[in-house]
Amino acid sequence: MESPNVSGVLDSKIPAGPLESKWEDHKGHLRLVNPNNKRKFTIIVVGSGLAGASAAASFGELGYKVKCFCFQDSPRRAHSIAAQGGINAAKNYHNDGDSVFRLFYDTVKGGDFRSREANVYRLAEVSVQIIDQCVAQGVPFAREYGGLLDNRSFGGAQVSRTFYARGQTGQQLLLGAYQALCRQIDAGTVTMFPRHEMLDLVVENGRAVGIITRNLVTGALDRHAAHAVVLATGGYSNVYYLSTNAKGSNVTAAWRAHKRGAFFANACYTQIHPTCIPASGDYQSKLTLMSESLRNDGRIWVPKNPDDKRSPDQIPDADRDYYLERKYPSFGNLVPRDVAARNAKSVVDEGKGVGPQKNGVYLDFADSIRRLGRKTIEERYGNLFEMYDKITGENPYVVPMRIYPAPHYTMGGLWVDYNLMSNVPGLFVLGEANFSDHGANRLGASALMQGLADGYFVIPYTIGDYLADFLNAKTPTDTDAFAAAEAEVRAGVDRFLKIQGKRTADSYHRELGRIVWDYCGIARTAEGLRKALELIPALREDFWQNLRIPGGSAAVNQELEKAGRVADYFDLGELMCRDALDREESCGGHLREEYQTPEGEALRNDEKYSYVAAWEHNGAGKAPTLHKEPLAFEAVKLTQRSYK
Amino acid sequence: MNLTLHIWRQGGPDQPGRMVRYDVKDVNEHSSFLEMLDVLNQQLIEKGDDPIAFDHDCREGICGSCGFVINGEAHGPLPKTTVCQLHMRHFKSGDTLHLEPWRSRAFPVLKDLMVNRSAFDRIIQAGGYISVSTGSAPEANLTPIPKPLADRAFEAAECIGCGACVAQCPNGAANLFTGAKVAHLNLLPQGQAERETRAVGMVEQMEQEGFGSCSNFAECEAVCPKGISIDNIARMNRDYLKAKLQGVNRLVVVGA
Repeated sequence: MESPNVSGVLDSKIPAGPLESKWEDHKGHLRLVNPNNKRKFTIIVVGSGLAGASAAASFGELGYKVKCFCFQDSPRRAHSIAAQGGINAAKNYHNDGDSVFRLFYDTVKGGDFRSREANVYRLAEVSVQIIDQCVAQGVPFAREYGGLLDNRSFGGAQVSRTFYARGQTGQQLLLGAYQALCRQIDAGTVTMFPRHEMLDLVVENGRAVGIITRNLVTGALDRHAAHAVVLATGGYSNVYYLSTNAKGSNVTAAWRAHKRGAFFANACYTQIHPTCIPASGDYQSKLTLMSESLRNDGRIWVPKNPDDKRSPDQIPDADRDYYLERKYPSFGNLVPRDVAARNAKSVVDEGKGVGPQKNGVYLDFADSIRRLGRKTIEERYGNLFEMYDKITGENPYVVPMRIYPAPHYTMGGLWVDYNLMSNVPGLFVLGEANFSDHGANRLGASALMQGLADGYFVIPYTIGDYLADFLNAKTPTDTDAFAAAEAEVRAGVDRFLKIQGKRTADSYHRELGRIVWDYCGIARTAEGLRKALELIPALREDFWQNLRIPGGSAAVNQELEKAGRVADYFDLGELMCRDALDREESCGGHLREEYQTPEGEALRNDEKYSYVAAWEHNGAGKAPTLHKEPLAFEAVKLTQRSYK
Repeated sequence: MNLTLHIWRQGGPDQPGRMVRYDVKDVNEHSSFLEMLDVLNQQLIEKGDDPIAFDHDCREGICGSCGFVINGEAHGPLPKTTVCQLHMRHFKSGDTLHLEPWRSRAFPVLKDLMVNRSAFDRIIQAGGYISVSTGSAPEANLTPIPKPLADRAFEAAECIGCGACVAQCPNGAANLFTGAKVAHLNLLPQGQAERETRAVGMVEQMEQEGFGSCSNFAECEAVCPKGISIDNIARMNRDYLKAKLQGVNRLVVVGA
């Protein structure tokens, strides 16, 4: 493999001054667009999840003309809806010592010191406004008997700062943003395009000026021009095929933007959630997460003897290995997500896995039920136990749950500066689709916070500063750039249909996912990554020769939609492996087996790898160029995590 | 297990449709209903046939994308379960299943089991929100909301907008969907300022979309995967009538 070029062309535009006043000062100096002029600007928003819906609604309220796109049949279906746990905010309602600084610090530390201090501080700062906004919209957060908002401690945090709506926090927050969006659609400021998929970004004179979309009902390709394009298209966990993401979640919009010049950053930072229901067979289409709160009362174990055929309740304590309690006596079953995931993988790899496929570990509530009574466990986890029973047909009050890690969230994404603008002027990226706030690992209840922070409270300010230069600029679609982009998209669609081979898009996706999971999943090695970098191009070659897409392009064709997404996963999977190979250290969700402490903890190399790796696309078949944005830490001291 | 499926096939919105028989062999009892269809679709593609189109996304029962009628029941035989969460162990080898899309004038079929539910979005656009622009919200704990009231609002807000209520209703009414949103917002103190205009706007939009009238069959409640109560319909009707008696009209919203 060619060695990556290294160059320094990135300007993160972090404002000067002390950390605590950067955002306030910056807001005070950003240029504004006069209220009467806002309607002269068109903004495209792609994606209608927490980040996209909140941004589109806020732009509409300000008076901009907005075109919002989603591939689902309604903006309310975006995958933010499936988030269970909650949303963090530094309200300090519990008087337990929380503060903006502490939320900032926990997020930077949780990200294993691979995120930008200034971005994270701003995130913690606006977190309190998010809660106010959502409550005013009617989001029914959990409340105490006195009528005030309830909080819980989540994901190992030492303060109670997580706001929640039973196990459906994402749903309620998304419906709040969706309703705000609906109000703007009714007011005529936002035009909604459901069942539309973005298939290309149009760049003219170095600026993002629009997108090409495919109407998923009629197959029509359309040109949409705007003064700015905002991508809020989510993460790429589905590169693994099996993940907790929705089936439609995809990297296509972000990847097509990458191919048009936007740098893709930290692709190898993926989060594998430790508590999901293991796959039950080769028909498995997705994995389902079980909230990690279960680890508060469940004990994780496997039989000491891998060939133990007894049912779990017949295996005495002496023959069980409570491996997390054994290896991490002080944190036990509550070690962070990455540590729990990695240990589950090692015991299963050793052949000690449980269940018919030997692909899980037990999460056992028998002790807690004895100690607290079944009723208490039911109150705490009733809905989760019910969900588990529904999916597996096993009653977890009687038989221990079986769990295994699954890809859940991707910290990497398109590179953005402090204003959330990519290196392509006019292209902004929000939420999970950008790389900005979680470093190498995301803390629980922080994804919802970031999506809404970006959409409600950051982009409405920063986009005006960019737009101010383009007052009265025309937005034609009959230009060479639009024509060329549309022709390329059309050729791409036709190419899929012409192959007429033997294998389905899903079968390739499964095989690709297996490669990425095996070599760029929970644990990575240089040897494995090099192997993946041979396997992926070989499989891709076969994909382009042997794919079968039925039907045509002028109607609903779900296989055609899949093919485009799988093609992009091939390229992304390759970049993930390159990025993981380049990063010769372990940090957060990225564990390189060669770089561990003697206790098996992730070993960072701050001297060499304290940078954001932003990759530039150089065309198909060519090695991408690595651009490094150095990370400087002024407010926090870098430490080694320890959970012994 | 082996199953006989009769599935509604329709090429496009303006094309005629028909039931087509498929014999499905060796279905794994642990697979979900949609996974069973995935396997069938892979086989159809390999044979050169057109796969069956159906909407789906999260496959966790929360996004509301999926849904079709199985042997006359929206989302199939299991109570409070979307079709994506329905597993094959609830069926027996030899069963014959008839799969049809949601049938309602307001939900035109797009292809096979896929329908257009944008009428639901337009009902929300007609008042299913609280008008509070970003940045103008007061401190969240300024207004205490009694827990039982907050819980009732939450239970109405759980609606996933799947459309099963409309599909199961003999009249094709959307009163449970509309009532759930009216109730969620009208129960809360934040929603009081627009209580009347919301009820009027949403109910009138619902009628314009071509949904039928509610005659209290309660089939909607029986098939609702989230168990939304028809009490919400009564709440909506009360708010609507009160508003109409006061001469309240739908709010006309204009952009900034």
